[in-house]
Amino acid sequence: MSGAVIGQQRPTIGEALRRIRLEAATYHGVWSWIATVDHKRIGLMYGATAFVFFLVGGVEALIIRLQLARPDASLVDPDQFNRLFTMHGTTMVFLVVMPLSAAFFNLLVPLMIGARDVAFPRLNAFSYWVFLTGGLFMTASFFTGNPAGAFFEGHLGAPDGGWFGYAPLTSTQFSQGTGIDFWAFGLLILGVSSMAGGFNFIVTIINMRAPGMTLFRMPVFVWMTLATSFLIIFAMPIITVALFQLLFDRLFGGVFFSVADGGTPLLWQHMFWLFGHPEVYILILPAMGIVSEILPTFSRKPLFGYPFVVFSGLAIAFMSWGVWAHHMYTTGLGTTANAAFGVATILISVPTGIKIFNWLGTMWGGSIKINTPLLFSVGFIAMFTIGGLTGVMHSMVPSDYQQQDTYFVVAHFHQVLVGGALFGLFGGIYYWFPKFSGRLLNEKWGQLHFWTMFVGFNLTFQPMMILGLLGMPRRISSYSDGLGWGFWNMMATAGAFLIAFSVVAFIVNVVVSMRSRERVGGDPWDGRTLEWAIPSPPPAYNFATIPTVKALDDFWNTKYVENEAGIPVPVVADGANGDDEEDAGHGIHLPSPSVLPLIAALGPVFIATGFIYHGNPWLLPLIPVGAVTTLVGLYGWALEPVTE
Amino acid sequence: MQHAPTIDPGHETSTGIDNRKLLMWLFLASEVLFFGGLIGTYLLYRNSSVAPPCPTDCVFDGVTYQGLFDIPFTSISAFVLLMSSVTMVLALAAIQRNNKRGLGIWLLATALLGMTFLAGQAFEFTEFYHEGLTLNTNLFGTTFFVLTGFHGAHVSVGVLLLVSMFIVSQRNDWTKEHSLNVELLGLYWHFVDIVWIVIFTLVYLIQT
Repeated sequence: MSGAVIGQQRPTIGEALRRIRLEAATYHGVWSWIATVDHKRIGLMYGATAFVFFLVGGVEALIIRLQLARPDASLVDPDQFNRLFTMHGTTMVFLVVMPLSAAFFNLLVPLMIGARDVAFPRLNAFSYWVFLTGGLFMTASFFTGNPAGAFFEGHLGAPDGGWFGYAPLTSTQFSQGTGIDFWAFGLLILGVSSMAGGFNFIVTIINMRAPGMTLFRMPVFVWMTLATSFLIIFAMPIITVALFQLLFDRLFGGVFFSVADGGTPLLWQHMFWLFGHPEVYILILPAMGIVSEILPTFSRKPLFGYPFVVFSGLAIAFMSWGVWAHHMYTTGLGTTANAAFGVATILISVPTGIKIFNWLGTMWGGSIKINTPLLFSVGFIAMFTIGGLTGVMHSMVPSDYQQQDTYFVVAHFHQVLVGGALFGLFGGIYYWFPKFSGRLLNEKWGQLHFWTMFVGFNLTFQPMMILGLLGMPRRISSYSDGLGWGFWNMMATAGAFLIAFSVVAFIVNVVVSMRSRERVGGDPWDGRTLEWAIPSPPPAYNFATIPTVKALDDFWNTKYVENEAGIPVPVVADGANGDDEEDAGHGIHLPSPSVLPLIAALGPVFIATGFIYHGNPWLLPLIPVGAVTTLVGLYGWALEPVTE
Repeated sequence: MQHAPTIDPGHETSTGIDNRKLLMWLFLASEVLFFGGLIGTYLLYRNSSVAPPCPTDCVFDGVTYQGLFDIPFTSISAFVLLMSSVTMVLALAAIQRNNKRGLGIWLLATALLGMTFLAGQAFEFTEFYHEGLTLNTNLFGTTFFVLTGFHGAHVSVGVLLLVSMFIVSQRNDWTKEHSLNVELLGLYWHFVDIVWIVIFTLVYLIQT
């Protein structure tokens, strides 16, 4: 079977596709991005898209904070408020932190293990396009979730059931309009993207390592990608089932969560958190991996206790399956269940603590170079530790009974997701920006970004801890004067705007730095891992010759040897400075670009729209239209040759 | 279904396992959780319906309602699906011996057995519907139709792939070089078959 099969049968379409592939292969023009299967370009698109959604989710947060800044405010009404906090949570989790992590997986994993691409480049492109269409679909609910035009009268159509979507809040009885349907289908579509990525990175890491790159010579970031990917492929199917059940209830009159029919809404909570708690680690493990790469570089020391960091990461991933009910202490599971999940939750803080000590041990006695990536990493450790400790407080059942549904919980998870995950991810952006742009990010703007974000972050979320302990409940759209909450809420709002300022500083930094004429070489930080051994930005084929790995931190070992005192001294240059020659790489066969993953990715949103409006004879046909689109994409993909 | 790789990737991977085979195993592993969620829901809600009809005889307000399950009928359709795994194995064995014609015959046989199973399921669904069971009747209806419906959807995808592979393999010169394609489809097909054995046992045979 050859690639000419399509061409012979449908010469026009085949020829058009062929021309696109040839044009895209030149790495110039729009088609070279649309049809790309290059993991680096896909990673950049993931990052840019996630950043746009970050701005969307950030604006939602700012509106929430403006509303809560003063008692008895009426900037938004309670209905709008519900929709805003639902979309803020959903956006930040599924459209920002997960895809930003996916951006790093894409950019880094093949480079770190010495591969030319991921195992399935087209599947990788498919993941991205499904993420983009699913994210747009979900966000479109603001406009489409209610009857046409309602948005412009102030009726937001977005889902209003919280990011956790508890039954029966999501039933048609309590959530009219189609916001929840967009939410559920959106999450299903995004789940396809995440799972496709998860499969791809597991296979890549297990099977595509360079000669000598044994598992225990892999950078910690690669290990954390592996652990995260396993969590994704096992957690996503569970929420998929729950979302299908919800949709059957809403669209076709099923009774899964209907109490009148003998169903139990608690089933949703179990399914959601059985997915949701591993999800928490899906969000944080990649950031832990990033920090584990940054700290050794800027401490000029190997990672302290590498096997402990790896194994504690795996232990966290494993144990994350046994702690879900700590989100449900107050639902009446009984003392035994609560005690068991409490113990498991306390236990999971042990490997987390091990990691924190290892990061501190890495910096201890190192010749530390303070710059933006390091600042974000140290900020990560400090903020994540506070977040982790408040988490241990939640694990105690009686204590949690007091904190349940208060701002203390809000403060806790922002402490780990913003102070933790987002700080780690920003650190990663500063650290690897030169690798993929050939330019350093500006250090002055970077430090301004870090310090305003750090202060703003603490100004936002530490007051929330106090508010929680004062008894302020979550998800209320306003509160009365005289409860004593006004001052701390005003602080939190001021902090939120300081964070917004820091994000502006970051954007300015990217613009300023991209305009700079200064270029950096392949190894601006004196790095330790393989990605620094190749030019910045890396050539399409990554490695002109696939490296042979002899040790952990192999690239460092080609640059330095330890003297008798254990201090690294540079190896006398023998001409091999680590950079591949510029015009090497001829004759390397790379997978050809393809638009078929994009075509296949367009189908699901049509199918979802058709199902949501299945009562409308004009929109119902979107189901077969979407199905045929995806089938055409997938069949073309299966029959098209990988390389030409 | 995939285009035959120009270089046998089995020699290039770190573990020696083909990338696509590893992908299929991972996909099936995650499918276990998917069906686990559906089966778990069914078991959780077993005997929780507050209205008839039920899978086996049940009493509401002093009236006895006859059970819907027809075990002999479903046993036959389960047997048909089981046999389709045998023909799938024969299809793989044929192409591994470079027997393209044998591959075609056994692929078609597998697809036909799969379609027979689907026809049985369609018949069963129709019967239940006439007996008054719909998606909205009670918990039994909702959980039963969604669980077996998703399984049926998986069988349908399998049949589609079998027929596609039949066409592609017969129109091209498939040899044992292509046997991995058949093996991968076989893995999927056997998995869907095993899921049915679990569903048949837990849902139909064991009644508590």
